[in-house]
Amino acid sequence: MTVSPRRFANAVVLSVAGRLDQDTCDEFRGELMKHVEQTARDGGAIILDLAGLEYVSSAGLRCFMLASRAAKTQHGRIVVAALQPMVSEIFEISHFNLVFQVFPTVKEAVAATSAEALTEFEKATP
Amino acid sequence: MRSAKAPGMKIRFWGTRGSIPVALTSVDIRDKLALALLQASGRTFGSYEEAHDFATSELDFSLTHTFGGHTPCVEIETGSDEYFVCDMGSGARPFGVHVLAKQARRAATVNVFMSHVHWDHIMGFPFFGPAYVPGTKIRIHGCHDVVEQAFRLQQAAPCFPVDFTQLAANIEFVRLEVDKPHTVAGLTVTPHLQLHSGDSYGFRFEHGGKSVIYSTDSEHKLENRAEAEGFANFFRDADVVIFDAMYALAEAISVKADWGHSSNIVGVELCQMARAKHLVLFHHEPANDDATLESLLKEARRFEELTRSDHALKVSASYDGLELEV
Repeated sequence: MTVSPRRFANAVVLSVAGRLDQDTCDEFRGELMKHVEQTARDGGAIILDLAGLEYVSSAGLRCFMLASRAAKTQHGRIVVAALQPMVSEIFEISHFNLVFQVFPTVKEAVAATSAEALTEFEKATP
Repeated sequence: MRSAKAPGMKIRFWGTRGSIPVALTSVDIRDKLALALLQASGRTFGSYEEAHDFATSELDFSLTHTFGGHTPCVEIETGSDEYFVCDMGSGARPFGVHVLAKQARRAATVNVFMSHVHWDHIMGFPFFGPAYVPGTKIRIHGCHDVVEQAFRLQQAAPCFPVDFTQLAANIEFVRLEVDKPHTVAGLTVTPHLQLHSGDSYGFRFEHGGKSVIYSTDSEHKLENRAEAEGFANFFRDADVVIFDAMYALAEAISVKADWGHSSNIVGVELCQMARAKHLVLFHHEPANDDATLESLLKEARRFEELTRSDHALKVSASYDGLELEV
């Protein structure tokens, strides 16, 4: 499991790749929490780009939930984007699509954060 | 001549709902009927049997049946003359009717195994007919200190008109040790501690080379691998795992975290780890209607398909009246 951050104005895109389960959960949470405080301070959002996530278990989903809860206490927010079909189905089956805002693409998630974030995103990804 | 049939177990679900009994309302029945008529639109049936076949083969379970509303009570039959039952929820009332009918005036011996003594798991006992029959023996097994106190308390004035001391049956309370196999009338039972307010205990039953797990009112926090592995070992290779699947996963680990219950998804994962054969969803949320419960079952089955490795797990949802041969 790897997590790669990119910042676009007040949006932080964290690209997650590999498998998120009991064994990788703590590492993932550690990476995620590094960005929660600053993003909340900026009034922005953390966008989890899940295009590279192959599998997520219940323990992995719990990681998302705990991180989201931590972000909310600091008035920040976490959204998810670009889910692979299997992960997307697991989100629906576990009803996580009712708890998290899910975007079809990273660009749409960035656009929903702020116009500045979208401008920077478009410059960086022509 | 010996029977070729292996001496396994039969499981009979008398109560499958969690927390509090529920019943279908007149509106629920009208809505089911209207939906069934809509799906049959344009069809004609020449006989009751034709209509029955259509309802059985083409309509959803949640339209033609109900999961039922009695709180936990699950009987295990071993072929012994004695009865075995997990919990005394409101399903204990119809279970008692069954015992009385089957005994035909002969005194029964009933072995009860109590997961814990929350109200939904004891409320059927004051309505358990055999408790009023002289000569009946009732042995109530459990791991808590307070089992006898709880049974007596719920029948004390002013809560109930018949005090526990007025029951005609010979009632004995038997303390079981955790994680130790005990043999009760030929049935081996091993209790296992579970996470629930005031603690609860799951039971592993073994008979004739078959195993059944009764694991209700048990929250799985998913915090570390050791916790999951502990339960996977308890469920190891079980033929049937009756599992507290009260919520969808998102509910279980967000607004209802620490409520002491689990989800369909965690049930699938633990049974996959344990290489159990058949997961039976149990302790249904009273707020869920039949259609919602059927959706939770379909979602669990799909999750099992998506995450299956070399081991296929059968997934069912329990309902009042379900019988399973093991």
